[in-house]
Amino acid sequence: MKIDVDHHAGLPGVFMRVDGRVKINARHLHYRELNNMIKGAASEGVEEIVVENVFGQRYIGSGIRRPVRIVIHGVPGNDLGAFMDGPRITVDRNAQDGVGNTMNSGLIVVHGRAGDIVAMGMRGGRIFIRDGVGYRAAIHMKEYRKLRPVLVIGGDTQDFLGEYMAGGLVIVLGLKGGKGKRSRFRARHIGTGMHGGLIFLRGEIEEHQLGKEAVAVPATQEDKELIRPFVEEYAGYFAADAASIMGSDFLKIYARSHRPFGGLYAY
Amino acid sequence: MLREVRFRDDKDFSGCSIFGMMNVRGERFNGEPMITAIANMKERSNGLGGGFAAYGIYPQYAELYCFHMMYDDRGAREETEEFFKSRFDVEGAEVIPTRPCEGVDDPPLLWRYFLRPRESLVCSEREADDFVVQAVMHINVRIEGAFVFSSGKNMGVFKGVGFPEDIGRFFRLEDYEGYTWVAHGRFPTNTQGWWGGAHPFNILDWSVVHNGEISSYGINRRYLEMFGYICTLHTDTEVIAYGVDLLLRKHGLTVEDMARVFAAPLWTEIDRMPPREREVHTALRQTYGSLLLNGPFSIIISNRSQMIGLTDRIRLRPLVAGRSGEFMYISSEEAPIHLVDDGLQETWIPQGGEPIIAELAEKMEEIETKGAEVISLPASDSA
Repeated sequence: MKIDVDHHAGLPGVFMRVDGRVKINARHLHYRELNNMIKGAASEGVEEIVVENVFGQRYIGSGIRRPVRIVIHGVPGNDLGAFMDGPRITVDRNAQDGVGNTMNSGLIVVHGRAGDIVAMGMRGGRIFIRDGVGYRAAIHMKEYRKLRPVLVIGGDTQDFLGEYMAGGLVIVLGLKGGKGKRSRFRARHIGTGMHGGLIFLRGEIEEHQLGKEAVAVPATQEDKELIRPFVEEYAGYFAADAASIMGSDFLKIYARSHRPFGGLYAY
Repeated sequence: MLREVRFRDDKDFSGCSIFGMMNVRGERFNGEPMITAIANMKERSNGLGGGFAAYGIYPQYAELYCFHMMYDDRGAREETEEFFKSRFDVEGAEVIPTRPCEGVDDPPLLWRYFLRPRESLVCSEREADDFVVQAVMHINVRIEGAFVFSSGKNMGVFKGVGFPEDIGRFFRLEDYEGYTWVAHGRFPTNTQGWWGGAHPFNILDWSVVHNGEISSYGINRRYLEMFGYICTLHTDTEVIAYGVDLLLRKHGLTVEDMARVFAAPLWTEIDRMPPREREVHTALRQTYGSLLLNGPFSIIISNRSQMIGLTDRIRLRPLVAGRSGEFMYISSEEAPIHLVDDGLQETWIPQGGEPIIAELAEKMEEIETKGAEVISLPASDSA
């Protein structure tokens, strides 16, 4: 049998301007070429950059310090929005590993699933994932004064959610999405090494799923007010029912101590 | 042989790439989508190794073992051919066709042989398999400058030093048609890049491609030596290939039980299992503790009817699975699956330590005689 491997032809790298927008065909472009084109357009003050036929190009949006809108059609590569400072990215398929790595400000909206280490070391801005995520979401997420990163996951997560988490807000909605139906979270080692920040889980977990350094309590009405604006924002992007989500019970997970390893090496 | 040749390693930071693609109805396709897919993950390799395994490529010789050989020189070839003649009926011998390709330098002499174990020396098929394993070990250990890099039936491994897409062009993979293909782009971390050390690693029709580091290599290797497997390729992945052969072929474990050996759950998890399951896990860990693979890994294991994806129990290396009609995919990254398949129905990320098993929907004999009715697609693997 013959398999056509190039469904996404068209002229690679074509760069078109259409009323204040720029369109790029990313097929056959290396990530360096593509990111140079995106950065070039952003530095000219373009409002929106539409990138088509993205297949695995890494670091899209990385290091850009303007509030430009980047619309990605395809599957962006690892470290989408790494070190990003301002852009607003949307993705129409799944994303890979390292979405929002050390991101400083801006917005990433993924109409699909993301892979491992979403929001690793994230420092500010917001990430919304419609479906589930892989391992180690929000690992070492942090906050400083007014910079408080937010990660909202529509589906569920795999193990080590919030590992070594130091700050910020993670909301996991456990909506059906991705593969399989699930009545409770399956993730293990949640909040292992956690020493700051908050995780809100819609649903239940068993004691053994929680890392030693984390504590889970039922969220109060006051707690839930903290997450309402972000749940509403999620519902706006993905046409979910915010009222019904907010009507359910959440768990609040926080760090047992701000210095869990304080006595380990120094005494 | 080329074990002595060291290649430049400029210590870029990355990881290997693995990609597997199976047509579950046994329809054969050429190596083009594999080259496209593995080239898409170029950032994950550094040009120090690339390779492919393809199943179903020699249907005219489906009954014969096909040995793919690397030789340093003519002397090694002649010595090996003498050895073949003493044990096998040699039904065919030829140079493996290649083309000059930029980025692929100093290849060894590459030959393939279609062999039938001499009837007077073996009686059963099972015995024939053991006979072939012994022959592979003999050549790799005893014959200076000769290496067997593929020894299965109706399948072959093609590998060398270079980026995988260049290796694919070098071996003219567009000229081969198989129903299951796996590919690997190498980024060697602990051992040098050399032709034999590229992936896949193969014994009989088992092949393994691997991203990660097996820190338990020493223990695994010593354990396998007790069963006659001798590690000669200077790369940790070799122990996985022999471990698979031991557990699945020789000891008759299921794929699920093999996963429980390689990526055993933590004891705290075993303690929480129902009694029967706990007993099974405990027995497997007690019996095969020396085959536990420690360290980060994602692997694709393949044979003539299966393609199996597995990661370490805390998934320190990535793996994505995909399905699209009659095709199953396993990959390090998601993008190449979308790239080669526009009609992709779903992709998912397996839980650490839980195998993804893609299986042919038809019996092997029906595939070899072709034209058979399609039975059904396999039921959905739970991830």
